[in-house]
Amino acid sequence: MAQRKGEEAAGHRREDDGVQPPYLYPDYVATRLRAPKKPLIILPRTLSDTTGPAYGRGAVGDLDDDLTRQHSGEPLGERIIVTGRVLDGDGRPVKSSLVEIWQANAAGRYTHHLDQHPAPLDPNFSGAGRCLTDGEGRYRFVTVKPGAYPWKNHDNAWRPAHIHFSLFGPAFRSRLITQMYFPGDPLLEHDPICQSVRDPKSRQRMISTFDLETTQPEWALGYTFDIVLEGRDATPMENHR
Amino acid sequence: MSSVPTPSQTIGPFFHDALLDKNYSELVSPDHPEGIRIKGTVYDGAGEVVPDAMVEIWQADTAGRYDHPTDDREDISLHEDFSGFGRSGTDAGGEFSFLTVKPGPVPGPDGKVQAPHVMVSVFARGLLKRLVTRIYFPDEEVANAVDPVLLSIEDPELRGTLIARDEGDALRFDIHLQGDGQTAFFEF
Ligand SMILES: [Fe+3]
Repeated sequence: MAQRKGEEAAGHRREDDGVQPPYLYPDYVATRLRAPKKPLIILPRTLSDTTGPAYGRGAVGDLDDDLTRQHSGEPLGERIIVTGRVLDGDGRPVKSSLVEIWQANAAGRYTHHLDQHPAPLDPNFSGAGRCLTDGEGRYRFVTVKPGAYPWKNHDNAWRPAHIHFSLFGPAFRSRLITQMYFPGDPLLEHDPICQSVRDPKSRQRMISTFDLETTQPEWALGYTFDIVLEGRDATPMENHR
Repeated sequence: MSSVPTPSQTIGPFFHDALLDKNYSELVSPDHPEGIRIKGTVYDGAGEVVPDAMVEIWQADTAGRYDHPTDDREDISLHEDFSGFGRSGTDAGGEFSFLTVKPGPVPGPDGKVQAPHVMVSVFARGLLKRLVTRIYFPDEEVANAVDPVLLSIEDPELRGTLIARDEGDALRFDIHLQGDGQTAFFEF
């Protein structure tokens, strides 16, 4: 089997199940000129994609997982702990795997030169972190809760608070970039990026859970966010049925 | 029991400080005797350049071995200093660039051999999921003609988008996200 034919043209069946977002989601305006329109080609499983970068890149520094200690002073905002497990599609922990995150500061502003939102920059917050998962696939970051920020997608468009996550997992196939949202955020239902995932259960998988166990008294609220990557062996088509 | 994967979301426009804080686009040192430059421009459906994309590559070494435990072929020795992973942002002109080596041929499905190729992921604002494509080499006509993945693409024009162009000092692999001349993209 190489290229799906006719009705089952590649790129449609999986998009329709709502588990993953489609490439073209017109409410998210930037997809209109960037989504491919020709059918995707099914790639047979070979060493080229069952292998992948182990770390992706250089060593992780001591303070890379604590975004509140990367400067001389403490950042403003609500201090939080974000932790969870990275699992492959077969439920096995993904060990010693690089997790990279980036986010806006508590006021909803990125340190990026293209961020024009007139909210204050925080000299004590850069908003970038990384760590390796441990033997149980667990990662942990200390940061501040990011603020919502406006974007120009549509009239009065605001992104819900989110943290961007980048993961490699065990193989080229398992590479994932996603966003973690916060529970109870009223902006989620108005956000076309979140809503591009049509299946409500799948959407829920992007929303972290407030966790009193992770919360530390007098210090920081805790949120848990588990991430499931494509399996090494499992066929996604079968998983999704 | 298998679990359903976490959905993908766009990389957005603000990833640079976190993901491109250093130069990850040189897989070999600039004086490597077999070093080759692979570059290209990312275009959208209106033919405009995409200045806020990130392109990642993954490839075997010159002997065709991947630096990964799943590639356990001990008859091919691993090149110690070559990880096979690279990452480049696109610049204001939509261009990405890598300094690497040409990979060797690697095993394919059903005991076949795959022509030398580089795996590519494209991330950008407006891409809710990464796009996956492959770079093949223009001086491998014989191997390309029997490559099982290239052969699986029926449309010759679409197939042709995967072959880089020799520009003398570099190989050019432009990526067209949409429209006439759209690059062939894969799903798993
Ligand atoms: Fe963002």
